[in-house]
Amino acid sequence: MDHLVEVDNLTFKRAERIIYDGISLKVPKGKITAVMGPSGIGKTTLLRLIGGQLTPDEGDVRFDGQSIVSMSRKSLYETRRRMSMLFQSGALFTDMSVFDNVAFPLREHTELSEDIIATIVALKLQAVGLRGAAQLMPSELSGGMARRAALARAIALDPDLIMYDEPFAGQDPISMGVLVKLIRELNDALNLTSIVVTHDVTEVLTIADYIYILADKRVIGEGTAQEIKESDSELVQQFLKGKADGPVPFHYPAPDLKASFLGADK
Amino acid sequence: MQFFQSVGANTIGKVTAIGRAAIMLFGALVAMPRLKNVPLVIKQLYVVGVQSLLIIMVSGLFIGMVMALQGYTILVGYGAEGSLGPMVALSLLRELGPVVTALLFAGRAGSALTAEIGLMKATEQLSSLEMMAVDPLRRIVAPRFWAGMLAMPMLALIFSAIGILGGHLVGVDWLGVDAGSYWSIMQSTVDWNQDVINGVIKSLVFALVVTWIAIFKGYDSIPTSEGISKATTETVVYSSLAVLGLDFVLTALMFGIE
Amino acid sequence: MNKYKTEVMVGVFVMLTIGALLLLALKVANQTVATEGDTYTLYAKFDNIGGLKPRSAVKVGGVTVGRVTSITLDQDDFTPVVELSILNEYNGFPETSSVSILTSGLLGEQYVGFQPGFSFDGVANLQNGDYLQDTKSALVLEDLIGQFLFNRGNEED
Repeated sequence: MDHLVEVDNLTFKRAERIIYDGISLKVPKGKITAVMGPSGIGKTTLLRLIGGQLTPDEGDVRFDGQSIVSMSRKSLYETRRRMSMLFQSGALFTDMSVFDNVAFPLREHTELSEDIIATIVALKLQAVGLRGAAQLMPSELSGGMARRAALARAIALDPDLIMYDEPFAGQDPISMGVLVKLIRELNDALNLTSIVVTHDVTEVLTIADYIYILADKRVIGEGTAQEIKESDSELVQQFLKGKADGPVPFHYPAPDLKASFLGADK
Repeated sequence: MQFFQSVGANTIGKVTAIGRAAIMLFGALVAMPRLKNVPLVIKQLYVVGVQSLLIIMVSGLFIGMVMALQGYTILVGYGAEGSLGPMVALSLLRELGPVVTALLFAGRAGSALTAEIGLMKATEQLSSLEMMAVDPLRRIVAPRFWAGMLAMPMLALIFSAIGILGGHLVGVDWLGVDAGSYWSIMQSTVDWNQDVINGVIKSLVFALVVTWIAIFKGYDSIPTSEGISKATTETVVYSSLAVLGLDFVLTALMFGIE
Repeated sequence: MNKYKTEVMVGVFVMLTIGALLLLALKVANQTVATEGDTYTLYAKFDNIGGLKPRSAVKVGGVTVGRVTSITLDQDDFTPVVELSILNEYNGFPETSSVSILTSGLLGEQYVGFQPGFSFDGVANLQNGDYLQDTKSALVLEDLIGQFLFNRGNEED
């Protein structure tokens, strides 16, 4: 199978703290790959590493066979036109209408006439169901609508790869359903490759073709939805079932409570 | 030991910040010359220039009026109230115009620039630009920088002109200084190159410093509400101090040595 | 944001700036006489220049004809040399002209008063680079007071 993105033995440190310790992932072309894991393990960081906004300490990230890490700035910007990212907050430009937001990448990167841009924008907004909201400002949109508008902007240039950063976080069940449907449909209709980073287990299991579970700086499980459900790894099971304590401990690392209370003055 | 360590750490922190600021400015300046970005500059000129216009005009008017009032009471004691015109004009053109404009600009437009860019960073708009293969230095920083560089001297000129008119209002219309001598003595004393142009040069230097600090503080801010509020405060404090300090240096260079 | 309004307001801003510049240029500042138009240079040696400064005016009967461009000290006889730039249109001053350093009003600024001399046969006109021979120094208030006291003292004796 063809892989669009390959993460190879990647190590990343922030100051002295190790975020990733030699992880490897492969993202197959035309599929939805989910990356799951508990909050705070740097899943967003992974997307930024793939987008070339951060540089790994060791290892390599390849996009369509080319190494993102060793790319010149110019070719990195060229490559980024082929990928897009849906940020958690949507990251719409607050000083422009929804229409101008979606038109933005077209105006920046193409020399198309305003007529054609208007048509493309209308089509993209139609795809996410927001054609009627084209003239609204981002501050007038609900959280779910803002994310859909941002999605329309992300697909404006018909990228090869789209990365979703926590697309379901903080959404009501209806918006969540809409987003799940959109991710699946866009992926199939536009022949995209998608990476979804999330910790919402149920939604992901329904749409993802392949799943990686990250915890404790490495990949602890991978496979199709079925394989993941049947995994015999305790870690994976704890994550899927949402148990409070298990291999991922309930307590943030700390000295023993009794010892620190009684022995602090010794 | 700890004292030396903190001094060292602070120095290193400041020096690396200056380095980052220089890299940012360099990136923005190299990226700029594109015709496509002219509308962006005009829009920012509206934000930093037009929206500062009212405060600048009102302040200029009042400062001119106060100077005429104060100057008159002093000069009339020597029978030299004819010198009111040059006194008002020279103080405005050489000092108050550029300096007060820069201070007001730092408070009005500089803090807004910092907060805006800081919030763009916090809401991932800058990141999102980068991922869209659009350089935020070119798209966000450069237009704001050029708008600041243009707006400040323009505002300073308007400030001085309105201040001189305000001085006329109080000195001539209210206190009865002769209108002819107000203008003619002013005209024989104020020199175009020495006073007007030097004031504009001062104002350009202040524009560079204030806009640079404002943009950098926003761009380099910690993207949290606390970080942005700190950055905004620092913009006003640092740029005000920088303006006052530089004003002394520039004055010494321009007017100190005959 | 209404694009039209933005552009109109920026236009107003630019017009205001131009208005301010015009006011400063036409009513406030003088386009330095000495730097506008062609000039020729004369030199004058004074014993004492008082408060004369570069850019001070050179006047003939109250009409400004030029400016002081620089003041230096002659290293040989240690007297100040004042360089005067006179507009070309005011030429033909005879060699017998004299200059003195005067004060406008009691506390006003000092300027160079230029008295054209009489012109008769055998007297050439001043040329570029010429030295004016007849100069009167600035009045220094302290000297005047000193003289006054000295004279009073003499009278009483």
